[in-house]
Amino acid sequence: MRRLLVAVAALALAAAGCASDLPPTGASAQPSAAPATSAAASAPASAGTGAQSDFFVQADYDAQLAMRSQTAEGPADKPWEQAIAPQMVDTAKYKKDGPYHLCFSNAAVNNPWRQVGWTTMQEEVALHKEIKEFTALDAEGKDDKQISDIAELQAKGCDALIISPNTTATLTPAVSGACPEVPVIVFDRGVETDCPVTFIKPIGGYAFGADGAEFLIEKVPAGGKILALRILPGVDVLETRWSAAKVAFDKSQLQVVGVEFTDGDAAKTKSIVSDYIARHGKIDGVWMDAGATAVAAIEAFEDAGVPVPAFVGEDQQDFLQKWKDGNLTAVAPTYPTYQWRTPIIAALKILKGEEVPKMWNLPQPKITQESLGTYLQPNMPLLHYALCGCESMPGFPGKWGGK
Amino acid sequence: MKRAIPIFVVLAGLLVAIAVANPFFLEPAGFLAFLKRVAPLAILAAGQYFVIVSGEFDLSVGSLVTVEVVVAARLIDGDEAMTWPVLILLVVIGLLVGLVNGLVTTKLRVPSFITTLGAMLILSGAVFLWTGGAPRGALSQGFRVFGREGVWAVAILVVVVIAAVLLMRADFGRTLVAAGDNEKAARLSGVRVDRVRVFAFVLSGLSAAVAGILLGGFAGVSAQVGQSLEFQAITAVVLGGVVLGGGRGHVVAAIAGAFTLEALFTLLNLHGISGALEYAVQGVIIIAAVAVGGLRLPSLRLSPSKV
Repeated sequence: MRRLLVAVAALALAAAGCASDLPPTGASAQPSAAPATSAAASAPASAGTGAQSDFFVQADYDAQLAMRSQTAEGPADKPWEQAIAPQMVDTAKYKKDGPYHLCFSNAAVNNPWRQVGWTTMQEEVALHKEIKEFTALDAEGKDDKQISDIAELQAKGCDALIISPNTTATLTPAVSGACPEVPVIVFDRGVETDCPVTFIKPIGGYAFGADGAEFLIEKVPAGGKILALRILPGVDVLETRWSAAKVAFDKSQLQVVGVEFTDGDAAKTKSIVSDYIARHGKIDGVWMDAGATAVAAIEAFEDAGVPVPAFVGEDQQDFLQKWKDGNLTAVAPTYPTYQWRTPIIAALKILKGEEVPKMWNLPQPKITQESLGTYLQPNMPLLHYALCGCESMPGFPGKWGGK
Repeated sequence: MKRAIPIFVVLAGLLVAIAVANPFFLEPAGFLAFLKRVAPLAILAAGQYFVIVSGEFDLSVGSLVTVEVVVAARLIDGDEAMTWPVLILLVVIGLLVGLVNGLVTTKLRVPSFITTLGAMLILSGAVFLWTGGAPRGALSQGFRVFGREGVWAVAILVVVVIAAVLLMRADFGRTLVAAGDNEKAARLSGVRVDRVRVFAFVLSGLSAAVAGILLGGFAGVSAQVGQSLEFQAITAVVLGGVVLGGGRGHVVAAIAGAFTLEALFTLLNLHGISGALEYAVQGVIIIAAVAVGGLRLPSLRLSPSKV
């Protein structure tokens, strides 16, 4: 335990505080302890965005940004069945007769996004009579548990194994080990092997990050102050979001006054934003790598009695409601929860010997002022994600907690 | 009260440093915002003080705060009419958890470190089971007003401080300190040591309930709301010069410790020291503080005055 008379140390610190000037604006933008900041492709630091992330891969970035404007193939009213620029693979060797036993190793259900997705997946399973059994194990956010879950599922006679990996690198050997035994479908986060039959994901983090940053660049006048809020460093799916935003901000006339880590905690987010409002007087735009704490950040402006600036959130109902009620200037990039439907559909296609895309890139729409009305569903819980693609499923809205 | 003087000097120094860095702090709105932010930790520190001065620990307050907020959100689910019944329920939960902690520690003779560590794990596990890992529901505006409106938070803080001071001036306070100072001597002189300790745990549970109400109000429902709060509360208490192991220290100094800790966080943030580096700075300060405390401790033991 820590403690005892911080007196002397704190006094010394206080004295230092009196004597020194504040660092120049933007100095706080170096996420110093982040493992991902040792400058790979270094960009001008003058924008206040710090060094580029080690996770940044130019080719992936270019591909994702290009995919945003490509038309997806498949039924337009079922984006979870659509694929952008699919390269189909043959699955004849996996063909077998039903009924099927599908298995799922889930990284976690420890946030509302995953809860909505998990409900959606279970409802998708219920739609298919040819699935006689669905075995799912929850790794509770632990790599080691997921590794043993995957091993356990291989002994259960699954016809297909769906994996949503907890982390990319650590789960790769486990996924590689499962591939020869059973057709494997990976979705959400990726793995460093192409042995799965298909990898399902929305366009990706670069597109998500760029959607938000481009909106702020369009709406905030040149020289405007931007606060960027990130959850935590070192996670690939979040690093890509920020690195794409950084590229956009570096090219813009906007000034990024801070890049802060919130741990995804509402209270911490609100405190950080309050401090920035106090420090800078005015913040002209807030970029976020995930919208779960967007409402807490908005409340910091409300409680400070200043207008809410241009905001980047996500497709959670609480944010959409705030957006409408406060008539905000906002955008909501999404990482659609409808992607939880696709693995079940893919598994059945594979077992029926139908070809599937090797990289199944799902469309990743953003919610704008024009489409806000479509996605705001006051009958749904505040933590519900609008892009569940679940509105026409039999259990809707009750299974998702709606009225 | 003498030993409490250093913490007030440090606090004053930090407040001046904040004011220099951010003049907005001196305006009523700025200072009110600071008080609002301190209130939950200060209340937790007051609760933790009762337990520590009686010679025990309460490690369960952080997860208890999380439980309170998650339970409130799930039961209220945005319905204003549920606000008051749920508020009462939260207080009851806090009192109950404190009571169980106290009874297990005193009657079953399980060291409080283990009792409350167990309670912390049980509460986190229970919340995980009940929610499936992520919070559901929503708090009502009527609930959130206590943590969101600075005036309410400050009013609650003032009430807590006054109540804590009055309690420590009453017989309860003297017997509590006596129990922590020398359990045997206290028992021999007729103090019902177990009873005052149980009461101390109940007060700590109550403080977690109030802190949970304020924190939930401040920023809304979150499953991380109570994370590491038990350590912050213990740090605050010890910062206030309260001796671990019990028997020495003043409740106002413990609350001042919470102010100091929060002021330090604010100052670090104002100077752009954030994220992981903030933890590093905290770590350095804490180690330095323990070293300084170790140097000071012997002379404290010699001093005849107790409080």
